[in-house]
Amino acid sequence: MTKYKMHLLVCGGTGCRASASDSIVENLKKELENKGLQDEVQVIMTGCFGFCEKGPIVKVSPDNTFYVQVKPEDTAEIIEEHIIKGRQVGRLLYKDPEKKETVADSKHMEFYKKQIRIALRNCGFIDPENLDEYIARDGYAALGKCLTEMKPQDVIKEIIDSGLRGRGGGGFPTGLKWDIASKNHADQKYVVCNADEGDPGAFMDRSILEGDPHAVLEAMAICGYSIGATKGLIYIRAEYPLAIKRLKIAIDQAREYGLLGKNIFGTDFEFDVELRYGAGAFVCGEETSLIHSMEGLRGEPTIKPPFPAEKGYLGKPTNVNNVETYANIPVIINKGANWFNKIGTEKSKGTKVFALAGKINNVGLIEVPMGTTLREVIFEIGGGIKDGKKFKAVQTGGPSGGCLTEKHLDTPIDFDNLIAAGSMMGSGGMIVMDEDDCMVSVAKFYLDFTVEESCGKCSPCRIGNRRLYELLEQITKGKATMEDLSRLRNMCNVIKDTSLCGLGQTSPNPILSTMDNFWDEYVAHVIDHKCPAGQCKDLMKYEIIPENCVGCTACARVCPVGAITGEKKQTHYIDPSICIKCGACIERCKFDAIIVK
Amino acid sequence: MTKIKTLADLKKMKEELQAKVDLREKGDSPESYVQIKVGMATSGIASGAKEVMDFLIEALEKRNIEAVVTQTGDMGYCFAEPTIEVKKPGEEPIVFGYVDVKKADEIIEKYIKLGELVDGIIPVNYQIIDEKK
Repeated sequence: MTKYKMHLLVCGGTGCRASASDSIVENLKKELENKGLQDEVQVIMTGCFGFCEKGPIVKVSPDNTFYVQVKPEDTAEIIEEHIIKGRQVGRLLYKDPEKKETVADSKHMEFYKKQIRIALRNCGFIDPENLDEYIARDGYAALGKCLTEMKPQDVIKEIIDSGLRGRGGGGFPTGLKWDIASKNHADQKYVVCNADEGDPGAFMDRSILEGDPHAVLEAMAICGYSIGATKGLIYIRAEYPLAIKRLKIAIDQAREYGLLGKNIFGTDFEFDVELRYGAGAFVCGEETSLIHSMEGLRGEPTIKPPFPAEKGYLGKPTNVNNVETYANIPVIINKGANWFNKIGTEKSKGTKVFALAGKINNVGLIEVPMGTTLREVIFEIGGGIKDGKKFKAVQTGGPSGGCLTEKHLDTPIDFDNLIAAGSMMGSGGMIVMDEDDCMVSVAKFYLDFTVEESCGKCSPCRIGNRRLYELLEQITKGKATMEDLSRLRNMCNVIKDTSLCGLGQTSPNPILSTMDNFWDEYVAHVIDHKCPAGQCKDLMKYEIIPENCVGCTACARVCPVGAITGEKKQTHYIDPSICIKCGACIERCKFDAIIVK
Repeated sequence: MTKIKTLADLKKMKEELQAKVDLREKGDSPESYVQIKVGMATSGIASGAKEVMDFLIEALEKRNIEAVVTQTGDMGYCFAEPTIEVKKPGEEPIVFGYVDVKKADEIIEKYIKLGELVDGIIPVNYQIIDEKK
C-alpha cells in the first residue's frame, strides 16, 4: 500500500457539490499528477463538514488546515504553496467575523468548539463510498459484538439503558420501541429507516446518509438482530439523489463483504436492506403513512393503535426509526450505554444534530450535547445574526413546532424543555429570524406548507388548515378584526384536537406560538393596519418627503402604473390607491425623498 | 473480495486498514502525539528536507512511535537548513538545525525516545505575535 504523507479532504455534501466541489477534486488530482505527487498526497471526497456557510471546504490533514470557500481555480495555489512549499494559503483561511482574526485550524473555530459529534462522527472524515474507511473507524464492530457476544435482549437492554430517544421529533424511547417489536411474534418482521426528511430547512438526515451511509445499515442490522427481523427497508425521498447513490454503493459493498446477507459473522443471522422511494410528501414522515406508501398505497395515515410494532409493513411487526437515531446505535454498542447516558440532560441523553438556517451567520449542520442553550447554539456556534441585526425568534420543529424568543435563549435544549416552552425538538431544523421578519407572515409561510402537504384524508386538517391560512392572509392584508383573532385561536385548538395524524395535530402550532409570543404584532396588523417589521406588502405605504423632493420627475417617469404626479421642480405625490408598491421609485430617487411606512 | 466471516476477520481487517485514516485521526488531536514540523521552503528542499521528511515518516512508523509529521514554511534559519521543529506532548517545541538523515536518526533515538538533548539545537530567540500583548 502506498504511504500517503498528506490527505486532502474535500466536502462532497449536496451543498458543496452545488458549488463545484466535484471540479475541485478533479483539479486537485490533476495538479498532483502534474507535480508527480499523486503517490504522496491522497484526495478524498467526504461527507458534509457542517460548515455549509463557507463551503466548499477543503481540509488538509495531518496539519489540520481548514480552507473555506475554495474555488476550482484555487487548487493550483493550494498544491503549489501548501503541499510543495508548506505555506498556508492565507486568503483561503477562515476569518472569524467577530474577532477579525484568521483561524487556520477547525479546532479553534467557534463553530466547532462546542460540538460533540456522535451521529456525525464520520461525516467530513471518511470517504462514504469506501467501506474500508468505515471499517478503519470501527465500522461493523458493533454489529459483530452484538451477533457474537450479546443476546437480542441484551442489545435492547443496552439501548434502553442508554436513554436514547427517537431523533425524528417524537422523542419516544428507542429501546422501548425495539422491546415492543421484539415481543410481537410473527413469521416475518421488518426494520424500517425513515429517511423522509421533510421539514423546510432541515438536512441532517440527508447529510448523515451522504456522509456515513454504513452507520445506518449497521444499526438497522443490529435492530434486526434484536427484534428478530431479517429485512430492512429504507424509505427515502427521491429528491435526495446523492444520498440514494451512496446508499446503493454502501449496500452493494456490505453485501460483497458479507456484512449483509446470510450467515453474518459466521452466525445464523441473516439481514438485508432494500431502498423504497418516496415522492417527497411531508405526511409520509408519519410512520403509518410511510408504511402505506411503501406498500404501494396512497401515503395516508391510519389511526394508531395498532402501532407499527404490532401491525406495520404488510401487516407484520415493524420497527420504524429515523436516520439520526440509527446513526447513534453503533456508538452506543461500542462505547456502552453508560458512556452515552453521561452526555446530555436527565431525560434527554446524548447529542442532537441541528440544521441552522435563516438569518444566522454560520448556516450549517451542528451536533451538540442535549442541554446546550439556544444562546450557545445561535450566538457562539452559529456566529450570531446576519448583518448585525437584532435576534427576534427561532423556529424549532419545523411546521409542527413553534417559535422561541429572547426569553428562551438560556433554556437548555432538550425534548421536554422545548415542549414546555411551547415548541418542540422536531427533527432538528432551526430557522433563525431577525427584526425584519414579520411573525404573522412566518406563521402564514408554515400554514402554506401544511395546506400544500395535507393528505386530505381527514376534514379538520384538509379544510381547517385552509381556513387558518385564509384568516392569516386577511390579517396580513389588514382586513381582519379582533373577533377573527379569537376565531383563529379557537380553530387552531379544534384542529389540534380532532385531526387524524401528527400533521394536523401540530400544524396550528406555528400560529399558536407566534400569537403567544408576538400578540402585539397580530394586534398591530388588525387595529393599526401596520406591519411592524415592514414585510406585509399590502400594509406598506410609499410616501414622498416634501423637504427632500426637488421635483426632478425621475420617480414619476419610472412608475409603471402612473401613481406619481407632480410638476417639474415641485414636490411630487404618490397616490396610494394606484401604487402597487413595486419599489421602482425608491431605487430611482437620488435624494432619499421616498420612504416606506 | 474476501468475505468477513468472523469478528476476528473484521478486527484483523481494521488493523490493516487503520493506516488509511491514521493521518486524519492524529491530525484531529495532534497535541497527544510527537509533532514534527519540517521546514520545506526552497532553501530547505535544496538542502535535502524532503529526504529527511520521508525518512522521519518511515522511521517513526517502523519504530512504533506515534507521531504527526507535517511540513511548514521557511523557519528563517536558512544558514542551518534543513531545520525541523520537534514538539513532544506537553513540552516546549525544540528546533534542530543541519538535520540530515543521520541527524534525524539521532534525534529520534536520543531526544524523542530518551529525552536527551543532542547537538544542533537552535535556541528560540524570537517572540511570536500572540505573546506580544
